Amino acid sequence: MADTTAISATAPMSRSKLASLLVGVAIVLTALQYLGFLPAALHRLPEAFVPDFARYLDAFFNFVKDDLGLFTLTRWLTGLLQTVLDTTANLLFGKRRWPNLGPIPWTAIAASMAVLGYYLGGWKMAALVAVTFCWTALVGQWKIAMETMSVLVVAAPTAFIIGLSLGIAAWKSPAFDRTLKPILSVLQTLPFFTYLLPAVIFFKVGPTAGAVATTIYAIPPMILMTTLGLQKVSPEVVEAGHMSGCTKFQLLRHVYLPSARTEILVGVNQVIMLCLAMVVLTAFIGMPGLGAKLLAMMGSFKLGRSFEIGVTIVLLAVTLDRMSKAWVVKQPEHFERGTPWWKRHIMFLLALGAFVFFCIVAQFVDVASEIGRKQSLSVGKELDVGIKWFLNIEWVKAITYFLRAFVNVQILIPFRNFLLSIPTPAFILLITAFALWLGGRRQAVTALIFFSLVALSGWWDRSVITLYSVISAVSIAMLLGLPIAIVAARTEKWSQRLLLVCDTAQTFPSFVYLIPAIMLFGITDIAVIFSILIFAMVPLIRYTIEGLRTVPPEVIEAAEMSGATRMQKLVNVELPLALPTMAVGFNQAIMFAFFMVIIAAFIGTQDLGQELQRTLAGTDLGKNFVLGICVSLMALTFDLTILKWSSDRKRMLGLEE
Amino acid sequence: MTTDAPVISAKNVWKLFGSAPEAYLKGMKPEMSFDEIRADGYIAGVKDVSIEVSRGEMLVIMGLSGSGKSTLVRCFSRLHEITGGTIEVEGQDIMSLSEKELIELRRNKMGMVFQSFGLLPHRTVLDNVAFPLEMRGQDKHARRERALEVIKLVGLEGREDYFPRELSGGQQQRVGIARSLAIEPDIWFLDEPFSALDPLIRREMQDEFLRLQQLLNKTIVFITHDFDEALRLADRIAIMKDGAVEQCDTPDQIVLHPATEYVRKFTEEIDKARVVHASTLLEPGLSGEGDPVDAAASVQSLAKLLIQDTRVAIPVAKDGTVIGAISRETALGILVGTD
Repeated sequence: MADTTAISATAPMSRSKLASLLVGVAIVLTALQYLGFLPAALHRLPEAFVPDFARYLDAFFNFVKDDLGLFTLTRWLTGLLQTVLDTTANLLFGKRRWPNLGPIPWTAIAASMAVLGYYLGGWKMAALVAVTFCWTALVGQWKIAMETMSVLVVAAPTAFIIGLSLGIAAWKSPAFDRTLKPILSVLQTLPFFTYLLPAVIFFKVGPTAGAVATTIYAIPPMILMTTLGLQKVSPEVVEAGHMSGCTKFQLLRHVYLPSARTEILVGVNQVIMLCLAMVVLTAFIGMPGLGAKLLAMMGSFKLGRSFEIGVTIVLLAVTLDRMSKAWVVKQPEHFERGTPWWKRHIMFLLALGAFVFFCIVAQFVDVASEIGRKQSLSVGKELDVGIKWFLNIEWVKAITYFLRAFVNVQILIPFRNFLLSIPTPAFILLITAFALWLGGRRQAVTALIFFSLVALSGWWDRSVITLYSVISAVSIAMLLGLPIAIVAARTEKWSQRLLLVCDTAQTFPSFVYLIPAIMLFGITDIAVIFSILIFAMVPLIRYTIEGLRTVPPEVIEAAEMSGATRMQKLVNVELPLALPTMAVGFNQAIMFAFFMVIIAAFIGTQDLGQELQRTLAGTDLGKNFVLGICVSLMALTFDLTILKWSSDRKRMLGLEE
Repeated sequence: MTTDAPVISAKNVWKLFGSAPEAYLKGMKPEMSFDEIRADGYIAGVKDVSIEVSRGEMLVIMGLSGSGKSTLVRCFSRLHEITGGTIEVEGQDIMSLSEKELIELRRNKMGMVFQSFGLLPHRTVLDNVAFPLEMRGQDKHARRERALEVIKLVGLEGREDYFPRELSGGQQQRVGIARSLAIEPDIWFLDEPFSALDPLIRREMQDEFLRLQQLLNKTIVFITHDFDEALRLADRIAIMKDGAVEQCDTPDQIVLHPATEYVRKFTEEIDKARVVHASTLLEPGLSGEGDPVDAAASVQSLAKLLIQDTRVAIPVAKDGTVIGAISRETALGILVGTD
């Protein structure tokens, strides 16, 4: 005990000294810049020194594509994928392709899905499914929703199979695991535009590219969950397998995989949710469906219709999430002996029955088969009027005007200009100092290298603007979110409620967060910040509540018996113990913000996202990658530093299980 | 009960955990203590153990947690690869077996019961019990029949279609026992099978276990940290500490003549009168008169007789024939605890 305290007392001392030294140098550099003494070469890296990474990368990609024959392979895969996608497209929305059976009547799909919902989660789930599908059909979005789903039903299983196999491989071979881990963390921080362009180039514009990008995007969590699940299988169960004389394959098939069921199904849930989030975003590369419609509607400022599509996406997301989560907790139940076959499979038969019944009904009743534009109950126009009326109410107008005028002009823009005025080396030093202070020497070196690479990429100003959006949004999210979370964490009831809200909000595909932002603030900087802010607030609130609620009760009781007031208890006991968990939420908020800031390019920003979006129009694969990697490097710096701090802190507090 | 060659024979078995255990074992001095080995970064799970288990015998391995008893039993079944020494099962060196041969051995000769049951959560009772049979490729009807038979044997009839989650702890362990018996093993390993159960159920399961053993008469290696349990069940007890066997002997001998200070402390609190049997106290050259007592009777069960009797020596009979005599004074000494 004594020696550990000695170490932790001396190490941070020298670390924080070094950190303050770095900050000092940065301040001096910035001051020199303001006084005009700093040579221009030290303020920004001169153009001449910027290596043309984009061109090198392009050369590399061309080599892989043409000389190594990757293109032939992907062409062949495209053909294969196209066939599968055509089949689902035909079944779901009647694209004229083999097997020429579709479209399946919406009532048939809705009814059989509702039965599935009932099987997984009882009446409530069945009702949720029914409401979702009926809403989608009734507002006249069935076809576009099915366009989206036709890709999802191909991408999600593919991602599942690839993720599962890679996860098993990573679990079997530690060497493979070690090589895979860094690739996965880069993949998870890479902006989605960087998934899209290669997909387009290698797999043709449209559903095929959409399916590929979606699949790749959804694979990493499946790999991680599979490995985690397999590692967690109880050693006694494995030994029981050995003692039963399992061969290696039998052990995997009959012991490991079934025992890791829960984690694997959680992986499935994440795959589905990520697929949905991505498939909506593939609108940017011309994938038809809900995303494309939403993009078009927002582009032409038809807020009512956008709102309706948003509701559809959210309903679909919540339904898919709840259903797959219900599947996770669904445990097998035994039947009494002698139960007849039909009774054992009653749910399957019911679903089949409902499906067939509605297929037949649809032959005679048109509405049961398809709801045309004319018949739909869409109230887009009326909603538009409603939204405009709401925005014109005096106090709403006053608030949005104040935020636009004051916050934007007085705070955000000066802050951005200040960040831009800091000389590049000073900025890098500041980030390094931050990483050193929180994480440690390794994190500091990583930060130094990563941000120097960003500087070398030649996209420094845009990177800083990206960072500015992230920092301002996350700061405001903290100002708003932390008090809410702290107050809610006081009572069990409100904690549960807020956690439910957060869990639900987290399932929304990121794209829909743009809708309220644009609605309230139009096409402005503040709309960008606002959309990031609400997206990032979710994990912040969630983890803060979780952190506060999981403070060991005996510690709180001890504080109460020591006569601490509520405030003293919060400041001296609860917050310090909850901080490591809160840091995880903070980290996730930053990661979410980096993700959202790229999407916000749609609103119109001047950052990396904007430049990325532009590359989509061409074949600038090299530039696309350089920009993507810039975002990834910045995000990873924060990720590595904060998570290191959190785990250090947890170990120090003895909170690690 | 015990006949011919030992079923399991372990000679100088070592199991070290660490980065390069084999090389370390070659280089180290054999008399090094557990702590000295630990200081070098290795943990001696099993430290120079030589032990034999005869056919039909029940050997109970005892020790505190971390004493290496679970590790030792996992060496016997080669769930752990040993670092040094040899282990022979029915005359066959198990370390020389190929993976296929090892699987065959486990499929036909060995059964094991685990402390936290090790049941497969996604399979019904029936499928769990039939699992080893399924692994060795028996056809569906044969394995179902056999599984139902063992389920009946452990008293779980009517629960065949339940999932482990739907059963109580005691019932789950019955499934574990049934599974380990499904292949009709010759050797039965039980790793603290009743430790996770509450005391009443534990007692009931011990009775059940003794009943099964009378029926099946297997060679058993039983692990426990509960001395009372060991005394109830064991033919012989091996007491382990820091990976080494401190003493391996019959319960009577262990309480009467502890080999080391550790064993003495371990047995201090035990009521010796309950453990020591008349046959153990036979004194050569002594012969008694009158009605003999049974050789298998414990001193405690003879208490009334010992106090009321007046003979100096009491004859002892086994299966009706007198095999010797015990001194009443010695026996009384054990009864009142002043030996």
